[in-house]
Amino acid sequence: MPNTKRRFFVRSAAVSVAVALGATALAACGSSDDDSEAESGPVSLTYWTWTPGMDKVVDLWNKGQGKKDQITVTVKKQASGDTLVTKILTAHKAGKAPDLVQAEYQALPTLVSNDAVADIASEVGDAKSKFADGVWQQTTLGTDAVYAVPQDIGPMMFYYREDLFKKYGLTVPTTWEQFAETARALKKKSPDTDLTTFSANDSGLFAGLAQQAGAKWWTTSGEKWQVAIDDAASQKVAKFWGDLVKEGAIDNQPMYTPAWNKALNTGKQIAWVSAVWAPGTLTTAAPDTKGKWAMAPLPQWSQSENVTGSWGGSSTAVTTDSEHKAAAAKFAAWLNTDGDALTALAKESGIYPASTSAQLSGAFTTPPDYFSNQPDFYTKAAEIAETTAPSAWGPNVNVAYTTFKDAFGKAAKNKSDFVSALTTMQDDTVADLKKQGFEVSE
Amino acid sequence: MKGAPYAHPSPTTTLKRARSAPYLFLLPATTLFLLFFALPIGYAIWLSFHKVKVSGLGLGAGARKEVWAGLENYTDALTDSELVDGALRVLGYGCIVVPVMLGLALLFALMLDSEKVRLAPFTRLAIFLPYAVPGVVAALLWGFLYLPDVSPFYFVLDRLGLPQPDLLDGGPLYLALSNIAVWGGTGFNMIVIYTSLQAIPAEVYEAAKLDGATPLQVALRIKIPMVAPSLVLTFFFSIIATLQVFTEPTTLKPLTNSVSTTWSPLMKVYQDAFGKGDIHAAAAQATIIALATLLLSFGFLRAANRRNKRDVSQGGAR
Repeated sequence: MPNTKRRFFVRSAAVSVAVALGATALAACGSSDDDSEAESGPVSLTYWTWTPGMDKVVDLWNKGQGKKDQITVTVKKQASGDTLVTKILTAHKAGKAPDLVQAEYQALPTLVSNDAVADIASEVGDAKSKFADGVWQQTTLGTDAVYAVPQDIGPMMFYYREDLFKKYGLTVPTTWEQFAETARALKKKSPDTDLTTFSANDSGLFAGLAQQAGAKWWTTSGEKWQVAIDDAASQKVAKFWGDLVKEGAIDNQPMYTPAWNKALNTGKQIAWVSAVWAPGTLTTAAPDTKGKWAMAPLPQWSQSENVTGSWGGSSTAVTTDSEHKAAAAKFAAWLNTDGDALTALAKESGIYPASTSAQLSGAFTTPPDYFSNQPDFYTKAAEIAETTAPSAWGPNVNVAYTTFKDAFGKAAKNKSDFVSALTTMQDDTVADLKKQGFEVSE
Repeated sequence: MKGAPYAHPSPTTTLKRARSAPYLFLLPATTLFLLFFALPIGYAIWLSFHKVKVSGLGLGAGARKEVWAGLENYTDALTDSELVDGALRVLGYGCIVVPVMLGLALLFALMLDSEKVRLAPFTRLAIFLPYAVPGVVAALLWGFLYLPDVSPFYFVLDRLGLPQPDLLDGGPLYLALSNIAVWGGTGFNMIVIYTSLQAIPAEVYEAAKLDGATPLQVALRIKIPMVAPSLVLTFFFSIIATLQVFTEPTTLKPLTNSVSTTWSPLMKVYQDAFGKGDIHAAAAQATIIALATLLLSFGFLRAANRRNKRDVSQGGAR
């Protein structure tokens, strides 16, 4: 399915849980000290990941650094995203989680809350300087602990058909207001063509757009969680897209369907708000339009701003069930900071690295094949990645995301009020937190 | 504990063995039943009476505890409008699927059984074949055909200047989903009915012919009443399959905004267990669905049996 294909090409995020957790909550978490003494004898580790080609990257470790340290890593290929979180939690219940797991940034609070991932601050703390602050913060949840090493990020960008923009006499929008004008202008010139669609089947897109607008969905104050999914910034984003759908300026059909592929491939939809991994998706969705697309920064809410959101992105975490946490942490740090490893990750798996130095390394001097017409693709991408707004994830992102799909799916279908769908999302998320027993401040 | 019981079994031990023999024969089946059926069900029920309690911010070790919930999960499930709506949606879906599928199955079986049929083995196979297509594949296949932008049907409709209904929305969605189930299930039910038609003794037909019955009369007065038990059976299977509908709507979901993640009750169970991570609520809902299925299907079987008995006794009295 197109959905999984997209996930192949890096889901990533940038930036972080702007969560200042009370130190009290953490007293219980500092647990990795028990095996920080040097490992002796050969160690073998299991690693659950969905990244394609990861086995080849791990081979580099097993034949090089790993051989020296007598640490062998075995890759067990898994389903992506939320499915893996469920699997990790189930395995953790039985005390049998693998040593290393891949986790999306927004899943980390859930994993930490279930005590499934270990604090590896003492082993990987030095790696901090290799990443942008916002990215690193997502793996610490704003605390002194470090729960994972960032692997890839997904700064959001605006993709458009360069040739068709010229044909219809459109200019690339730099603000959202211009974006709406562009959509209307296109409708006037070619009623059958849409600028883009509002899709309700990937919550990460809306979360990223809200993040760009300055939303912080989960924060804490003292011992209480604060949920602000329906804050002013998110409402602004919801209303903007809802109005466009309502007036018929853009389409309301979901992404990643055969119909969507065809719309992109035949020029029925001529732009896509996406992230750095888009070339991979476009390669499979719209193969005939290769070389006709271009990438630009995301439109801004005001002319003076320069900020983007993130959509996707993942990290490597060590589980609390691992008997060799220090060895596992060593591998996690190597995988995501070592030059050779990152080059291999870029080549074999097509990921966009979280490590700032790797973003401009040799693997990224040439643009993706699909974007051969835009030689500075990755230079631009690195510049955009730097402007990623901080994100704020909480312990029940899964619930909010599920509610999003249903509430916004319905609103998009009926062309009804998006803001009330946002309220549903807020209410369901708060209700779920309360039901579970979390302290929530209103 | 002395003596040599193995060499010379006393009459009493032989008797004991004879008495315990049936239990020994039952042992493998009972063990398997307990291990792989009763135990998981018991665990699900146990889960449904518990819930997770988080304290404070819920971060770190020991922040989560499994506590007794009593009937809380059950009251939540029964008052959850999504579950009730899902049940109603499935009811609407079942009202289309079951009569159409069984009606077609009966019709095809009767046609295949008639004397004038040509190419019977080929036709039988052709009708049965969709049953061999996995549900996910069938749903994907039809999903593509339902999408206006990629479907050849819509291309033809467009060329002919005919209206192009959106099959993935509103009322037509039920037809679209039912169509997949009917396409996939008719063959199986047809085979069941056809097999029991073949079992009707030839002398019955002979007698009917002598009495001057037309083929239509034979079908209505002899064949259908005589395959009634098969019809009851296929109806029973169909009800269960309808209540458990999951594959088709789940596969169509990514294609349209009209199918929510909780469209059918089982999808809601799946969503709560694996989407929201609330295995306890999911267990309670699963228990409720299982009970409802049991009640409905066995209720139907009992009603059908009672009718049968009454018919038989009435027939005898005549």
